[in-house]
Amino acid sequence: MLSVRSLSIDFGSGPARVQAVKDISFSIAPGETLALVGESGSGKSVTGLALTRLLQEPPAVYSGGEILFEGRNVLKMSPAELRRLRGGKIAYVFQEPSTSLNPVFTVRSQIAEALSLHRPEVSDIDAEVARCLDLVGIVDPSKRMHDYPHQLSGGMQQRVMIAMALACHPQLLVADEPTTALDVTVQAQILDQMRLIKQQIKMAMLLITHNFGIIGGIADRVAVMFRGAIVEHGSTAEVLHNPQHPYTKALIGCIPQLGQRRRRLTTIDYSTLG
Amino acid sequence: MTTLPQDWFIKIDALRSAVSDWLTRSFLPIWLPNLAVLLGTLLLALLVWQGNRSERWATAWRRLRGDRLGQAAAVVASLFLVVGSLETVVFPTETGSRTLLQMLLSGIPQEKGYAAPMATHALSVSDPKPLFTRHILGTDALGRDTLVQTLRATRSALWIGGLTSLVYIPLGVLLGILAAYYRGWVDDLVQYLYSTIAAVPEILMLVAILMVLGKGLGTMSIALGITGWVGMARLIRGETLRQMERPYVAAAKAMGQSHWKILTRHLLPNVMHLIVIKFVLGFSGLVLAEAVLSYLGVGAPVGTPSWGTIIDASRSELSREPVVWWNLAAASFALFLLVLSLNILGDALRRAFDPKSNT
Amino acid sequence: MFSYLLRRLLFFVPIVAGVMLLTFALFFMVQSPKAMAHRVLGPKATPKAVELWLHNRGYDKPLLINQIPDQPWHDSLFISQMRRLATFDLGRSDVTGRPLSEVFRQGALPSLLLTVPAFLAGLAMSVGLALYLVFIRNAAADLFASLLCVALMSVPVMVYVIFGQYLVAQVFNYFPAFGFQLNGWSTAKFLFLPIALMIVSGLGADVRLFRALFLEELGQDYIRTARAKGVSSAVVLLRHVLKNGLINLITLVVASLPFLIMGSLLLENFFGIPGLGNVLFTAIQMPDFAVVQASVFLGSLLYLGGLLLTDLCYAWADPRIRLH
Ligand SMILES: Nc1ncnc2c1ncn2[C@@H]1O[C@H](COP(=O)(O)OP(=O)(O)OP(=O)(O)O)[C@@H](O)[C@H]1O
Ligand SMILES: [Mg+2]
Repeated sequence: MLSVRSLSIDFGSGPARVQAVKDISFSIAPGETLALVGESGSGKSVTGLALTRLLQEPPAVYSGGEILFEGRNVLKMSPAELRRLRGGKIAYVFQEPSTSLNPVFTVRSQIAEALSLHRPEVSDIDAEVARCLDLVGIVDPSKRMHDYPHQLSGGMQQRVMIAMALACHPQLLVADEPTTALDVTVQAQILDQMRLIKQQIKMAMLLITHNFGIIGGIADRVAVMFRGAIVEHGSTAEVLHNPQHPYTKALIGCIPQLGQRRRRLTTIDYSTLG
Repeated sequence: MTTLPQDWFIKIDALRSAVSDWLTRSFLPIWLPNLAVLLGTLLLALLVWQGNRSERWATAWRRLRGDRLGQAAAVVASLFLVVGSLETVVFPTETGSRTLLQMLLSGIPQEKGYAAPMATHALSVSDPKPLFTRHILGTDALGRDTLVQTLRATRSALWIGGLTSLVYIPLGVLLGILAAYYRGWVDDLVQYLYSTIAAVPEILMLVAILMVLGKGLGTMSIALGITGWVGMARLIRGETLRQMERPYVAAAKAMGQSHWKILTRHLLPNVMHLIVIKFVLGFSGLVLAEAVLSYLGVGAPVGTPSWGTIIDASRSELSREPVVWWNLAAASFALFLLVLSLNILGDALRRAFDPKSNT
Repeated sequence: MFSYLLRRLLFFVPIVAGVMLLTFALFFMVQSPKAMAHRVLGPKATPKAVELWLHNRGYDKPLLINQIPDQPWHDSLFISQMRRLATFDLGRSDVTGRPLSEVFRQGALPSLLLTVPAFLAGLAMSVGLALYLVFIRNAAADLFASLLCVALMSVPVMVYVIFGQYLVAQVFNYFPAFGFQLNGWSTAKFLFLPIALMIVSGLGADVRLFRALFLEELGQDYIRTARAKGVSSAVVLLRHVLKNGLINLITLVVASLPFLIMGSLLLENFFGIPGLGNVLFTAIQMPDFAVVQASVFLGSLLYLGGLLLTDLCYAWADPRIRLH
């Protein structure tokens, strides 16, 4: 369904130009979940946004490669085609729910905006919005949808973001650190919810995270990113139990494990990674 | 119950007239302007020297070096500064004191009346006598060279900018930084003071003060200083509050450094760049204010060359036949050029210190 | 809401008191009433005339507290002035002797006829231009526009007026270059040029400010969310950026609303519009201290009214703000 082939992305121009993504390739099949793991600044978000060409150009420059979605190159699409792709076929959930929702519109109007763009045939907007909110586990959705974002807790805001992304039945959901900004118990609830929803509707997912700890039950495959390049790629079980690249080993060493007392968490020694 | 004695008015009137005489004199004591030019130059040198020692200033300096527009503006503003300084340095001569600029340009003769730019004959329909020489920008009603008069008026603008900055910057910075550092009642008091002053629309405040104190560059600076410190104090208070949350202040306090040291060694250097940006942008506002106030008739006294008074006088010249436009054009353009270059320079400085800012 | 209003008004009391003290100190202590009389009546006025002038205005009373035997202690200049202002009695003009409340009431309409259209049209134009600049996102256009804005900001109002009047008088003879009539269409014709000049003289600063404001909104996370939903850039701008930007604009703009009534000092004088700006201009030239003093007092009330109005508008427009 989606396949990225030797994609490179630069920022800036002239001597200040930096390469944020270096020649990466991966693909996602329908219904499959790929986890993109790496530390802060490794280029995960840039990759995710590039899938629908959401990076601001300039400063971003797509300097090489292609992004094929259902056989068509996203980088060659017209603005109108891109708009149909965004939200309609590939939807996003971002890290910071408190700033990612527009503070001056109600939850209902923000979800309705997505519906009107990609599912104009829906006539009873209120019912559809309530259904979406119900799907992500918001109680009393027909009342809560008239709230403004600031009236909701962080976890509820992120559920709204997910509901908004799912409202138009996308084929691929790009979840960029969907739980990082939330506290631990809420993190677990949201991840459970996402796993549940994925079982209900057949949808592929690109889960972007810096935390190996959360991908266990949810991802089919893992790609590890380091300094803009993909350094390791394989099934989740393979990568978790038998990491090849020293960086992956180091990252996995950082996960605290229950029941393993007296073991020190490793710190990453960058000098050995090159 | 005590009250002021009735001779309060007599005393205060004597004091007031002494002070306002001194302030409104169009030529200050002869040593003062010379000293001011010297001090101004020293201050500028000190600033550049100090700036070179700090990391932030060095980066800003480097960015400024890549900013062509900012550099061009700096050059233009410096030219005005030089002209204003030349007109400020005075020498005593037998026929009264003369400024350096007057002496440099003394070769240009005075005509009898109006002359158009580059004309060879006077602008008189009845009596077009030949002129002593051609004047690049013509002459004014008294036959003085327009270009020279325009250049001389730079002094008023720079004096207002400079003197007022000497009033409002120390006042605003001191009150702002103290309010943020000590909080509590100091903060309450400073905030009350500036809320009260800000409550009176600026132009009304200026007019009221100038009406009472009388015309003059000195009184104008005081009036503009009284209204001007509010913005500076707000800016510095806000930024100092932000700095106070940074760990280095807590560290300095924990190490037992004195209040004075924390204020001058840590807080002041960290808000210094804001002061400089505000100074440059504020200067352009002051130059404009000088022109408007002089135009309103509460600014520069008669006899002091000022762009505002030239513009005021040239209003009636436009209805003459043939039209005398060059005095208006020269004064307006000089005023525009100085204000524009200061605005551009201020923006360039802001970009250099904070590349993320949008303006 | 009610308790908010009450607290806000209580907060205003010391400020108004401060302004009253400040004006009293400036007009009656820094200069003596006698000096004021001489400024108004001329240096050659006879002592008799000065005395009469002072007595008619009550300026011959003791300054702060009356200690003259057999007179009430509160019969002093300070207390009578404070009492006068506290009851919103603006006094009479030093020059014409007309009650100032009447003078101000008469000047309000011409001032508003000038400033309200100029304010509304200017705001619409600056918001539109700023949005357009943000929309095209073109480096060259941005540079050109920001230079043009700075240039527009660097021209003093009187230069705009002189050139504008000259142009209209000499080139397009359709609009009158001077004068004012309260008479339907001809009012509009007389006001055209001053309104146009008022807009132009404010345009540079406003466009710059609003552009920065909109750019800041454009960088927010929720804009990325909107674009990720497939919203087109025009709709992002007109719906998401504009609404948030306008809410922020309230803090910058609403406070100046009450001042529209004060008119424009320079423009009204230049065009002979008999508004409050012109009243003040004449008072400066006379000089008429009573008018300036009353204007300072009124101005501070308008300022505080502007603060209150800003809070109310903000609470109304921004769902995050509730007044308690
Ligand atoms: N607008 C931009 N301009 C310049 N460089 C950028 C821009 N956006 C991203 N980059 C660069 O791209 C690199 C990758 O950034 P990215 O946001 O993808 O990291 P990330 O892996 O998502 O990290 P995090 O876990 O912190 O979100 C960064 O090093 C950054 O310097
Ligand atoms: Mg990221």
